[in-house]
This record gives sequence, structure tokens and C-alpha cells, in this order.
Amino acid sequence: MTTTDEQLGGRPTRGGRRFSLSWLGSVPFLAYVSIFLVLPTGIVVVEAFGDGAGRPTLANLTELGEDYLRSAFVNSLELSLTSSVIGAVIGALLSYAVVTGRPDGLLRRSVTSLCGVFAQFGGVMLAFAFIATVGPEGLLTALLADAGWKTGGAWLFTLDGLTVVYLYFQIPLMVLVFTPALEGLRPQWREATESLGGTTWDYWRHVAGPILLPPFLGSLLLLFANAFSAFATAAALISQGGVIVPLQIRQALTSEVVLGRENVAKALALGMIVVVAVVMALQALLQRRTSRWLRGSTR
Amino acid sequence: MSAASSPASSPASSRARRRRRLTAFRVVVLAVVGVFFLLPLAALVEFSTRGVGIGAPRTLAPWRELGGRPELVTALQASLELAAVTAVGALVLMVPTLVWVRLRVPRLARVVEFLCLLPLTVPPVAMVVGLAPIYLWVTYLTGDRIQNLAWVYVVAALPFVYRSLDTGLAAIDLRTLVEAARSLGASWPTAIWRVVVPNITTAMLNAGLLTVSLVLGEFTFAELLTYDNLQVVLLQLGLADPGVTVAATAGLLFFVFLLLLALSYVSGRRGPRARPRREGVS
Repeated sequence: MTTTDEQLGGRPTRGGRRFSLSWLGSVPFLAYVSIFLVLPTGIVVVEAFGDGAGRPTLANLTELGEDYLRSAFVNSLELSLTSSVIGAVIGALLSYAVVTGRPDGLLRRSVTSLCGVFAQFGGVMLAFAFIATVGPEGLLTALLADAGWKTGGAWLFTLDGLTVVYLYFQIPLMVLVFTPALEGLRPQWREATESLGGTTWDYWRHVAGPILLPPFLGSLLLLFANAFSAFATAAALISQGGVIVPLQIRQALTSEVVLGRENVAKALALGMIVVVAVVMALQALLQRRTSRWLRGSTR
Repeated sequence: MSAASSPASSPASSRARRRRRLTAFRVVVLAVVGVFFLLPLAALVEFSTRGVGIGAPRTLAPWRELGGRPELVTALQASLELAAVTAVGALVLMVPTLVWVRLRVPRLARVVEFLCLLPLTVPPVAMVVGLAPIYLWVTYLTGDRIQNLAWVYVVAALPFVYRSLDTGLAAIDLRTLVEAARSLGASWPTAIWRVVVPNITTAMLNAGLLTVSLVLGEFTFAELLTYDNLQVVLLQLGLADPGVTVAATAGLLFFVFLLLLALSYVSGRRGPRARPRREGVS
């Protein structure tokens, strides 16, 4: 590591600056990211408009209008919407319950770090955890059956089941992204409301509500994008078929039978990228609005 | 929360009532959410200690069998190796780049930030479609080894690595440190290795642990690029032998928990909350 002075920019920091060359230091990064991030994304975008032989065509995109693909998109949107709305509401309640506790209390510390863990916890392991709980052989299924309520456990492998499983990472994510906004609410605002004769309802309706609305919607959009892009959990629970878009992509990629499916995969991937990009752009806008009121107060 | 209190009551009593209502609300929320989150974990433990047959006694057999599954052991080794390679690779790529950009080409800072956060916006399952042809080349050049996955894992880890290193670098007086080192005759690599790195170890550890937990849980890229990493093998095994798989899941989960709890201690030590505002898109 202690190489000679002539390495990368081995000239004095001040004086004799040949400014035009200093960007060379970022070349390794830019090259790496170009090959493994920009290029694959570009391939998806460009080849979604091409047939197998490289001629431009819109056939792949019109294929998206086919019933089975359209319903996959509808299902994906529905799953993302339901799980993000429920996740956002429960997550906001949970983060309010946590924020109103002592700031340095054990509860607050442990909930925050556990949420960090759970928000990352998706995929195969999460699927197994739920199969062990509410699957056909699951713990809860057995307990409920003893109590006379037979669920069968097959609902876990449907869209409703996926929604419940997704909540397991959506709620913690909401807590992580929404807590700073709640922490930004200053007690003085409430006191001011009270000294002006306002009730609790007035405070939430006219003060806290309007301030929290943009960050709430922003977090909701983030959760939506999160659910929309998730693949592993669904893939582990549903081994066949393409109920949602990511599973359709898997099917298109792995099917060796029908030729030309890779281009449908690219069209599907493009569709996903567009949806997530739009959602994230809206989220960035809301984020900017949020920071007007809550910046600097998030301590 | 939304119930209106009557304006006629005295402020003190209405405040006391509000406090009681708040406590009740907190208890209910924490209890309900707590059950939702703890039940699946309890079920993992219960499932993995279940005996075969009705009324069979509890057994630890699936746990004992873990070591006797060669495919599982191989996959675990592969994933651990991938995790280490990815963490080191991401740090080697990003520490010099971020230092360099901060000091020499600040106008690139926005571009670098954008590129680093981009993986949050491109769903892995969509990106893998475009990666498949690139991986044909990678395989052609370096052979068909599972370690090839590290290339894309570094990209997947970029947002986390970027955020934690960026926070770390913002907290030190980077310019002064590097200029002092350089004026004493240190080369750039020496300045970074012996002056910058020792000052941002917490941030680097943070980034490394996040990367490790990301790689150990990664499924999408491995599955769709057809490599057998830990998660892929777990899923395959799950179809054949649920007991052992659930035991493996519980064990792995516990391990990742410890890792991430260690992480929250590492990052919690540096004073109040430097949590990222936007978390990952998993």
C-alpha cells in the first residue's frame, strides 16, 4: 500500500494544478458502475424495443397488453398498494408509539435497531418463517385448527398471503423512514395550539397533520416501490406461474421452450423500471417539500 | 389519537387523561405489532424442533443434521466468501473514490451520489435481465465460478456503502488531514491508507457489516443468474427437507441478527442517530 509517489496524482495538492486531469481519479468507479449498473439498465431499455435480431420493434411492448401480462401488472400494483398502505399506517402508529416514549429508553433503542434488522429481512428466510407459522403445517394453523378454525394454510400462497408477508418488511421500513418526521414535531407547537384554546383534534387536524402529510406520503411511495421491486419472497412462496410481474420475468427468463421470451422479459423489466422510477421521482419531490418544515429539527 | 377532548375541562385534568390514553394506545400498538413480529420467529424454532409423527417428542435432530448436508455447507462457504469479497471490494472501490471526489473533483459529487443510489431505483429482478448478457462475458473471461456474483453484489451494496462512508467522511476534517499527509511527503495511496482509513474505521465497519448481511440474504441475482448461493440452496433444500431447512433458516437468521445488532451498536456509539433517511429497496 505504500507505493511510490508517482501513483495517481502524485503531485502537490496546491500549485501547478492541471485541473483537467483530476477527474481521472474517478475513472475506476465510473468504469465499474458503467459496466455493472448503467450498461445492464441500458440493455433492458434498448432491447425492450428490439426483436431477437436487433431490429427495432414495438412488438415486445404490445405483448405487455396481453391478458396474462396485464393481469400480472395489475396484481403487482395491487399487492404493492395494499401492502404499502397497510404498512404505512401500522408503521406510522408504531413509530408514534415509540417516539412518545423516553428518547434514550430501552424500548426506543431496541425497536429502532430491530426495525433496521427486519426491514432487511426478506426473501427465502422470511418465506420459511411464514410457512412455519401459517403454512399448511404451521404453528398458528395448528393452534387455530385446535380452536376449531380450519384455515388450511393455502391462502399463504395467494396474493393475500403475499400481502401479509410483505408487511413483515414494510412496517419496519416505515418506522425507519417516518420516525425522523415524527421526531421533528416540536412540543412547542402543541403547547401553542393549547394556549390558543385548541383541542387534541385541532392539533392533529391543523398543525401536525398538514406537516406530517408530505413525509407520510413520501414514505408510502417508498414502501410502494419497495414492494413493487421485491422478488425473492414471492419467488420462494410461489414456485410456479407468474402472478406478479417479477415472477413473470422469472418465467420468461427460465423458459427454454418458447423462443424470443427474453425480449418479453426485457419489456417487463422496462415496465418495472418505469413504474419504480416514476414513484421514486414523486417521492423525491415530496421529500423536498418535507424538508421545508422539518429540516434541522430532526434531532 | 383523533378523539376530541372537551374544551370545558381544566388543562391539567385533560392533560392527565391524554397521558392515560396515550399509554393505552402505546401498549395496544406495541403488543399487537410485537405478536405479529415475534410469532413467525417462534414458529421457526417450534417447527425446527418438531418430531416426526403425531405426538412425537421434541427433537433437535434437524439442528444436528445441519452439518451433515454437504450442499448446505458448500453454499454457506460460498456465501461467506462472497460476502467477504464483496465487502472488501466495495470498500476498496469506494473509499479512494469518495476521498478523491471530495478533494479534487467536487463537481462530480452529485453524479457519484446519483450513481451510488441508483441501485435503489432499479429493481434487481429488472436489472438481472440486462445483466444476463454481461455475465455471459464475465463467465467467458473468468470461468463459471460463483465468485463472479461479487461483481454485481458490489453494485447492490453501493447505496449502503456510499451512505455510511459519506457520513464518515463528512465527520472528519478530510482536507486538512490529507493535505498534512501529502505535505509530509505521503503519496495519495499512503495518505488514504494510513491517514484517512484509520479515521473512518467506524463508517467502514458499518458499511462492511451491512454488505455482509446483504450478501448472506441475497437471492434474486443468484437465482436468476443460476448460481447456487446460500439462499438458493436453502430454497431447493426446503422442498425436500423442511425440518433441516427451517433449522438452517433459524440459525442463519440468528447469526444475521447478531451481525446487525452489532452494527447498531457500532453506529450508535458515534452519538445520536446518523440513520439513513431512505432505506433499501429489497
